[in-house]
Amino acid sequence: MQDIFTKSMARNIYYGGSLFFILLFLVLTFDTHRTLPERDNRENLTEQVAQGKRLWEENNCVGCHTLLGEGAYFAPELGNVYKRYGGKEGIKAFIQSRPAEGIPGRRSMPQFNFNDEELEAIAEFLKYASEIDTQNWPPNIQG
Amino acid sequence: MQYPSQNVARLYFMAAIGLFVVQIVFGLIMGLQYVVGDFLFPAIPFNVARMVHTNLLIVWLLFGFMGASYYLVPEEAGRDLYSPGLAKLMFWVFLIAGALTIVGYLAVPYATLAKITGNSLLPTMGREFLEQPWITKVGIVIVALAFLFNVGMTVLTGRKTVVTMVLLTGLTGLALLFLFSFYNPDNLVLDKYYWWWVVHLWVEGVWELILAAILAFVLIKTTGVDREVIEKWLYVIIAMTLITGIIGTGHHYYWIGTPAYWQWLGSIFSALEPIPFFVMVLFAFNTINQRKREHPNKVTVLWAMGTAVMAFLGAGVWGFMHTLAPVNYYTHGTQITAAHGHMAFFGAYAMVVMTIISYAVPIMRGQDAKGNRMQVMEMWSFWLMTVSMVFITLFLTGAGILQTYLQRYTDTPLPFMIVQEKISLFYWMREAAGVVFLIGAILFVLSFLPERKTSSSSTAG
Ligand code: HEC
Ligand code: HEM
Ligand code: HEM
Ligand SMILES: [Fe+2]
Repeated sequence: MQDIFTKSMARNIYYGGSLFFILLFLVLTFDTHRTLPERDNRENLTEQVAQGKRLWEENNCVGCHTLLGEGAYFAPELGNVYKRYGGKEGIKAFIQSRPAEGIPGRRSMPQFNFNDEELEAIAEFLKYASEIDTQNWPPNIQG
Repeated sequence: MQYPSQNVARLYFMAAIGLFVVQIVFGLIMGLQYVVGDFLFPAIPFNVARMVHTNLLIVWLLFGFMGASYYLVPEEAGRDLYSPGLAKLMFWVFLIAGALTIVGYLAVPYATLAKITGNSLLPTMGREFLEQPWITKVGIVIVALAFLFNVGMTVLTGRKTVVTMVLLTGLTGLALLFLFSFYNPDNLVLDKYYWWWVVHLWVEGVWELILAAILAFVLIKTTGVDREVIEKWLYVIIAMTLITGIIGTGHHYYWIGTPAYWQWLGSIFSALEPIPFFVMVLFAFNTINQRKREHPNKVTVLWAMGTAVMAFLGAGVWGFMHTLAPVNYYTHGTQITAAHGHMAFFGAYAMVVMTIISYAVPIMRGQDAKGNRMQVMEMWSFWLMTVSMVFITLFLTGAGILQTYLQRYTDTPLPFMIVQEKISLFYWMREAAGVVFLIGAILFVLSFLPERKTSSSSTAG
């Protein structure tokens, strides 16, 4: 065994294997880019949605919530909250109504003091996210 | 210690362990917020504590990797470090940039931090693990480049060993992949697609090279086993890592708007990702069994074995548990993920950094190993941390199974917040295990305090 499988064979597998799979990964990435327009809901990616995404980022919503299953596990999944709340109004009302001092004993979400335009942008962003084709994930409306 | 310049590693190791302890404190804060929802609210909201926790983790591991490199590269290359001055300078740059960023997280609301650091010029903030303002990210790149230059010049003008070449490949990959943190398109799917090029290709790609190289170095030194043998193992491990791990990225492309074929590719290749971790276990145990000498630093050998085993459990076993697409459909983004994330990060990367610290620090102090008493204390810290991390993982797994069932699997799924209340017992138990973990970490620090001269195996202070 020691002699049949030599160090240089192991090294060649490392170089050859890595190179092959890096290239394959790049090809798959290229193909993913090609087919993405069918499922990533880019037709609804408006200026407003982009603004909503920026607000999402600049308030670190992902530090408590998951979005399409990625982020933190402290608060509800928001990729489908647009569907769970049946529209934008409920989302906006929820965000707006957070008490600044939190809710005693309950996991709390900050009061961000968004203006109407910002609220609308965030809600639009969450609507856009909910329309991405996620292969039917999450399994049900609870996220 | 063969070369005086190896000593710069000490600074890096001290910073690493100091930040590690702070990281755990913030973990405990969050653990309490999980069950006492308004704890420290609104002073330290959960998301802020989480950023501090995860960013400190990354920063201290990077300190650890850099310290490890500054220690082992001169020895492997057979010459002093190219520029110890640059290494020291970069240490302070990194420490200050890191500290300022953490203070920024804690001192002002995140949106304010985004504004004053000009996030609108180059929006990169607000994505998990990559929350740093772009100035900090640029700082990280500068530090990484200076570091690679320093270490690279040392290797290029000295002896090139397989260990250093693998280490350098891993570190270069780390720096290059980090550049994707600057790419943040408005398109959420693309954003997520390339976000994983940093996160997944780090921990299941290039970092594994760093891990294997550090482990190999420590095993060569403590067992005296022939380099040829060790190098062959090393190649097998890193070959399997990249062959499985690159396409294995697909296990994050199941439900984020990417094509369905990733479910097949991701499942098949990531199901093979435990192999390199398993080979690492064989490697560690075989090498130690065939040792040519008894190294006086027994606790380092314990760390080395522990790293291999815990990395296999956390990454290999707990990773496999939720990596097949039909399983991941239910477990995606639940406490199962958190359970795996904890044991994998601890078992692979936290432990390998503690392995090299355990090996190198006594030598930098002019001894082969610490005295018996301090070694025993360090062994206690090993067991306390390891066992409590196993329990943290088990409790989170219990929470995760229940969460998955109640919220996703039953015919009458319950809302997230209701489910969280039902499983709060598990979070309490996790918190208790976390306190034990903290005690273990503190013991680790204490075991490196200067000892009295009476100890057996030390040669001088
Ligand atoms: C500090 C943690 C935290 C942060 C940061 C945070 N949230 Fe929340 N969020 C929560 C918690 C906790 C709940 C559940 C509250 C409850 O049910 O009482 C919640 C609930 C929600 C809900 C309702 C979800 C549902 O299914 O009922 C929406 C919508 C929401 N958050 C949006 C946001 C947005 C948008 C941001 C960023 C601007 C954000 N959150 C930032 C903690 C947070
Ligand atoms: C010992 C006490 C610890 C406690 C109580 C703790 C608690 C937590 C909590 C509550 C979270 C957030 C989970 C969420 O998003 O809802 C978290 C995240 C995380 N922690 Fe810890 N932690 C501890 C130690 C550690 C250690 C030692 C490590 C690694 C060495 C670590 C690595 C991580 C990582 C990687 C994440 C992000 C996980 C993910 O995104 O899935 N933690 N921790
Ligand atoms: C040392 C190596 C590893 C580390 C440090 C690690 C760490 C992590 C972390 C922190 C996450 C959470 C990311 C997030 O916040 O969304 C994660 C997710 C994941 N990991 Fe790992 N991991 C490792 C190896 C593996 C391996 C070998 C496998 C497979 C066999 C695996 C399978 C997964 C899967 C499937 C997810 C996604 C979970 C989800 O859908 O929520 N990991 N890993
Ligand atoms: Fe992964």
